[in-house]
Amino acid sequence: MQLRTLVWKELRERPSAMLTSLMAITLGVASFVALRHVTVASETEVGRQMQSLGANVLILPKGASLQDYYSADLHGQTLLEEEVSRIWLANFAGVEKLSPKLCIATKVGDQAATLTGVLPQSEFQAKAAWRTVQLFKNKHAGCKRAACQQPEATTPDALVTQRVIEKLSGNEVVLGADVADAARVQPGSKLNLLGESFTVIGLLPRTGTVDDSRVFAHLHTVQRLANAGEVVNSIEVMACCDDAAGQLVSQLQQLLPDSKVVTISHIVSAQIGVNRMMGRVSFGVLLIVTLVGVATVASTISANVRERRREIGTLLALGATPGWIARLFLYKAWLLGLFASVIGCAIGLAVAKWWGAEWAGVPITILPGLSGLTVLAAVTLTLASAYWPARSAAKLDPCVCFRDV
Amino acid sequence: MYRLQNISKRYKTRGHEVVALEIDDLQIASGESVAVVGPSGSGKTTLLSLLGGMLTPSSGEIWLDDQPLSRQSPTALAQLRCERIGFVFQTFNLVPYLTALENVQVPLALAGFASSEQAARAEKLLERVGLADRQHHKPSELSTGQQQRVALARTLANQPSVILADEPTGNLDPESRQQVLDFLAELHREGRTLIVVTHDPHVAQRTQRQILLNNGRIAGGESAATKAA
Repeated sequence: MQLRTLVWKELRERPSAMLTSLMAITLGVASFVALRHVTVASETEVGRQMQSLGANVLILPKGASLQDYYSADLHGQTLLEEEVSRIWLANFAGVEKLSPKLCIATKVGDQAATLTGVLPQSEFQAKAAWRTVQLFKNKHAGCKRAACQQPEATTPDALVTQRVIEKLSGNEVVLGADVADAARVQPGSKLNLLGESFTVIGLLPRTGTVDDSRVFAHLHTVQRLANAGEVVNSIEVMACCDDAAGQLVSQLQQLLPDSKVVTISHIVSAQIGVNRMMGRVSFGVLLIVTLVGVATVASTISANVRERRREIGTLLALGATPGWIARLFLYKAWLLGLFASVIGCAIGLAVAKWWGAEWAGVPITILPGLSGLTVLAAVTLTLASAYWPARSAAKLDPCVCFRDV
Repeated sequence: MYRLQNISKRYKTRGHEVVALEIDDLQIASGESVAVVGPSGSGKTTLLSLLGGMLTPSSGEIWLDDQPLSRQSPTALAQLRCERIGFVFQTFNLVPYLTALENVQVPLALAGFASSEQAARAEKLLERVGLADRQHHKPSELSTGQQQRVALARTLANQPSVILADEPTGNLDPESRQQVLDFLAELHREGRTLIVVTHDPHVAQRTQRQILLNNGRIAGGESAATKAA
């Protein structure tokens, strides 16, 4: 028999008495952990997008609305493909690459997929009319990049890393990770799409974005299959650096007044706002949870002390010191806090991992530091809440053991 | 053993001071058995609480051997109770969620004995009170007589030299009452000081001395020697 035995036995005898506190701590920790994980993941994703796509500019039809860079071409509205030539011929400083895209819905096996037409970079070089323009050599003034050119997009993976591909013939496709899983094909395999046979030349690594469910084919093949004429859904302009992108927005807007010109900063600004709000909400939740948790634990332990007055008096009569009595209730609070916060943390992580990832559209990485600190804070808070009731138990008049209470 | 000098215990209730106990001089010798009798509200339980170091007198001093109780800290008094004083309660005061064995182990745990030692000692004590076969029963699964015997085993766990009993037979049937009285007598014969608060004249008669309390004061008393004369 030890102090902890007494606590365990009492808890097992009357678990329902602790249920309210248990639920308050569990729910509080779960909400905080889930919200923080989603917020942090979303912030990380925004940062990553800003870093990898910061210098890109998107040209979209005027009426297109978008919330996600990767699905910017999935709005169904179109621009004329000749706009690509206009940008090309304008020869703006800082432009490195252009990537027009057209998307149509398709299916690969049972998997819904997006057939995305892209114009391989080799075709820009091949067009005689365009060759006269020394595009991609035109540095903007004061460019901070040492070599103001990206490496050549020679492999299909470049569709992920640089969002362009160097070569792609009319009967070739590159598959996103989800589509590749559904089609169960290897590079070199044949794949039938919309009644035509294509050769798979590459499988893309998983990105966690809409690109995973894309099939990339030649733009003109997709235009033919869609019967849409010479149109595109979006034109992506890869600038050499952020400074160039900033200048390009106004230049492109002037050049294409009937189009919408946006940068990644525009797109993620809404997400940054949501992140800020979620950050504030998560700390608001923390504050509410703290108040509710403190009140619930304090009232539960106080009620427990009141219910057990005669038992406490008896223990004092049997030789328990006031410190021992205080430890009895603090140990109980510690157990309660630890158990509830670990469960709450697990629930919060599960919610963030599954529902949070789906809701925020970002992959969630478990943050052990945040989880550990939350559990530690919850346990500390539980102990602090139980301190006064435990102290009052320790100061109880031992003579209550003689009374019928 | 016990020496009480100019003791008083006063409470304030709604602005009025109530004298719960006032004793000029009282001594209880080591190994003596004493019954404290008197009507309800006469201060019997207050006296027992003072003797157990659970109440501090408003004035005066209580010595247990040479230790002045009112000058001890709550922790020191708890240790004193743990080592030297055993309590018997009218309503047994067993911890309801612990088994008989675990209830007897409580004072041993408080005294810092290892779990194995606690269990071995508790088993022997339960055997002594005739409850070896009820070790793993919870209080709710025992009769009132059995509960009081578990409480007695618990009282003896740390081998106290003083036993303070508050109406130990008040809730018992005649047979259990007799068993408990015999057991208390046996403990007294072993050399322990026994102080029993009781309403029951039969219980009082079995002690060496009776102290009659009335309105918080000693109204009279007689010893076995006086009775014999």
